[in-house]
Amino acid sequence: MKITSVRRISQIFFVILFLWFCLAATLGERWWQLRGWPINWFIQLDPLVGLGTLLATRTLYAGLLWGLLTVVLTLILGRFFCGWLCPFGAIHQFLGFCAKYKQPLKYKVSINRYSPWQSTKYFLLFFFLAAAIVDLSGIFMAGHPLLVGSLQIGLLDPISLLYRSVNLAILSLVDGSVVHLTAAQRFYDGAWVIGSIFLAAIFLNFFRPRFYCRYICPLGALFGILGRFAIFRIAKTRAQCTNCELCERNCEGACSPTSKIRVNECVLCMNCLKDCRHDTMTYRIYPSESGERVSPDLTRRGIVISIATGVFIPPMIRLSGGTTLNWQAGLVRPPGSLDEENFLRRCIKCGQCMRICPTNVIQPAGLETGFEALWTPSLNFRVGTSGCQHNCIACGNICPTAAIRPITLDERMGTGAFENQGPLRIGMAFLDYGRCLPWAMGLPCIVCQENCPVSPKAIFTRDIFQDVRDYTGLRTKITDSDVVEITDKALPPHRFATGDYFLKLSDTPNSDPFPITGNSENRIEIFNPTPYAQYYAVDTRADILILLQQPYVDPEKCIGCGICQHECPVKGKRAIRINAENESRNREHSFLLTR
Amino acid sequence: MKNYKNKKTEIPEEFEKAPEIKRREFLIRAAKALGCTVAAGSLAYLFYDPEGPPAISKQTRLVSLPDFSLSHIRPSMAIVRGTDDRKKALETALNALGGIEKFIEKGDRVLLKVNAAFASPPALSATTHPDLVSATARLCFAAGAESVTVTDNPINDPATCFLLSGIEKAALSEGAKLILPRENLFHPTTVKDAKLIRQWPLLYAPFDGITKVIGMAPVKDHHRSGASMTMKNWYGLLGGRRNIFHQDVHGVIEELAVMVSPTLVILDGIWTMMTNGPTGGSLSDLKQTHTMIVSTDQVAADAFGATLLEKSLENFPHILKAQDRGVGTADFNSINLIQINAG
Repeated sequence: MKITSVRRISQIFFVILFLWFCLAATLGERWWQLRGWPINWFIQLDPLVGLGTLLATRTLYAGLLWGLLTVVLTLILGRFFCGWLCPFGAIHQFLGFCAKYKQPLKYKVSINRYSPWQSTKYFLLFFFLAAAIVDLSGIFMAGHPLLVGSLQIGLLDPISLLYRSVNLAILSLVDGSVVHLTAAQRFYDGAWVIGSIFLAAIFLNFFRPRFYCRYICPLGALFGILGRFAIFRIAKTRAQCTNCELCERNCEGACSPTSKIRVNECVLCMNCLKDCRHDTMTYRIYPSESGERVSPDLTRRGIVISIATGVFIPPMIRLSGGTTLNWQAGLVRPPGSLDEENFLRRCIKCGQCMRICPTNVIQPAGLETGFEALWTPSLNFRVGTSGCQHNCIACGNICPTAAIRPITLDERMGTGAFENQGPLRIGMAFLDYGRCLPWAMGLPCIVCQENCPVSPKAIFTRDIFQDVRDYTGLRTKITDSDVVEITDKALPPHRFATGDYFLKLSDTPNSDPFPITGNSENRIEIFNPTPYAQYYAVDTRADILILLQQPYVDPEKCIGCGICQHECPVKGKRAIRINAENESRNREHSFLLTR
Repeated sequence: MKNYKNKKTEIPEEFEKAPEIKRREFLIRAAKALGCTVAAGSLAYLFYDPEGPPAISKQTRLVSLPDFSLSHIRPSMAIVRGTDDRKKALETALNALGGIEKFIEKGDRVLLKVNAAFASPPALSATTHPDLVSATARLCFAAGAESVTVTDNPINDPATCFLLSGIEKAALSEGAKLILPRENLFHPTTVKDAKLIRQWPLLYAPFDGITKVIGMAPVKDHHRSGASMTMKNWYGLLGGRRNIFHQDVHGVIEELAVMVSPTLVILDGIWTMMTNGPTGGSLSDLKQTHTMIVSTDQVAADAFGATLLEKSLENFPHILKAQDRGVGTADFNSINLIQINAG
């Protein structure tokens, strides 16, 4: 079998494995659902995620240790990850193949020529790593509140980008038509931006094959730097050859195998081995006979500029105060999320939490909550099938970087060992009295109270009797112990028979209002608990009242799950809404004296 | 500019010649043009709409549920006390009513309308207990039912509700079908003489081909309506913005009771949610009441359930309203009432 066939099989295998893990990231107990499938494996193998979080947090979280394996293998083999394993790379390679299909040889060679722009990816890598590492300056300026690292690598890291695109844009379109994973259609706010970037990334292959890999991919850049030490590399076995350039026809890395091969650009596609008619190309320990370049074309100036911008931009973003005084109350994070500063040190915007969330309430944040928070998880209680479900800890247990900690149900509910801490709060519900039906419009409702999952309920009610417009001060004649006749006004028949209306009689000032059980135009039937007490007073005053249960939120009990907001019948802008006030993860956001 | 004319003369002669067209080419081109004109014209005619769209898009066909009750059976209710084994209690109750065969015949396609409203575990009694679901499904199959379908449109995420409540597992393990609500399963309905449920989406598709319906609900406190029992359980057949019906909760429960005439209702009072309903959330909200009610009359069942909640009937206007509408009787002593102690 040809080496390129082996490579192709490897690529297809890993693409299928990747897609499989995407499908298996579905909450449930069936064999194909999330039950121990290592669905984060690609993220964990990605050493850029490991390195980024390591620089930002000085720790390497659990599964991210897999990245070490990739690093070691890269040091031995070169950029095998790009050419053999990366599912994003495989997609690019396939589309690049489509773009080149049946094009003349000259054209193929021309689009696979090395371009100095390929250095861009190294500068991007330095920029993002510098942004993450800002913390280290704390060694010199300890305690500066703004000199805090920000892990933004997920914006362009290929594995994070691919997961985000597939999880939020692609699967949401495919699910329900081609496959059936979730019971309800998934929605993701701003998924079109994420999907459009994905489309742009893959269709740029029609301009240059593996455009993303060659020019943008910061992970490829990291492998390129590591690859300079690689033991094995692609090489020419003789210095002089016919220079037919056939080896450049399908060169995925645009690494100039004909002349001095650029080892750092070579993605080990092995196409040159297959395309060379004279068996000149090989993969071996010795350097190429025609010479090689091992390091990327980088100028010292370029490196300094990219690092300097990386170091300065995050603290400048923090000048907006998003993590301090000007924190965004609209940004409600999933349960178990770290405090905002530490959250931003870890989140790679991969969208795994948004994919696993059974209620679809975790959404990619847009720019309104700050640039750093772009595409990080934010709860939107308008979207999804419910609020943040009380008995669920899926997001923290899937998060590959522990930006959302893997909490237990006990910790979430404040039971067992966490009895003293109380339940985790992700925010708090606030009533909008101007929109709430029992508060503003004299209509019974309390759907929020009904659905509050906390026991005892965080939403409670206080009963008030309120005059019904146009139906107070009626003149009445009481004809029986449970019938009242109205003498001065016609009532809409049955209107007051809903069980929520009461009649207050002025000649029995000390008794509770009587429940109305029915009415016609001039008769009101009431429920009289003491039917033998007779009221034969004629021409007395009566008021029709409505019993309203008005909702209140108990801040000590509310955990911010947002089920109330989701269920509120005032759908346009809910009459009860959650914000991040009182959230457990940032103690300084609490306004409560206790706890 | 001066040389402009000269320049023009430089253009080769063949470009200057008037282009020629053959008659044949002209006729072909003219025919194509005519064809396109006719095609465009007929398409325009086909789609021509002189009036513009109406304010509200056309109403789709209204559906309504058939009567699943058995008119030849005298209204009966069995109350079994003294056992906390739901399967045993259910079997005892059904035997007292003459056996499941009296209600489910060979070849029947049975729908179990459970209460799966919340994503909470069975122990919290906010949902129909899975043991009851599996016992009912098994009995139906034993009586010769061709199929048993379990459905509900929960409040929390449907998939999670069926999963956590244990109903999914219970249903599937007995060979029953589980239907999760999807948009396309709802069709608009109008309940007879209704003020509220008019052209409202109803979870209708699961009823396709169904011959018998059994409603299954736990006894729960409900702050707005007083209680959530067998009649309130039909709320889970509605779709759309059904929450707005809370403005007249008793009225909508009355209409729901008119909307569904079940073969049987099963009211589970082994545990009763006394407070914090209908979600509960804590064992301290529950009280052991050791009672299982099986009834052909949903009003009677709920009226009896009210006693488990230790409240009198005037706290539940919907029960009295349903009685007034002729759905059943709140005076459960007036029907064939069988009380058994199975302890």
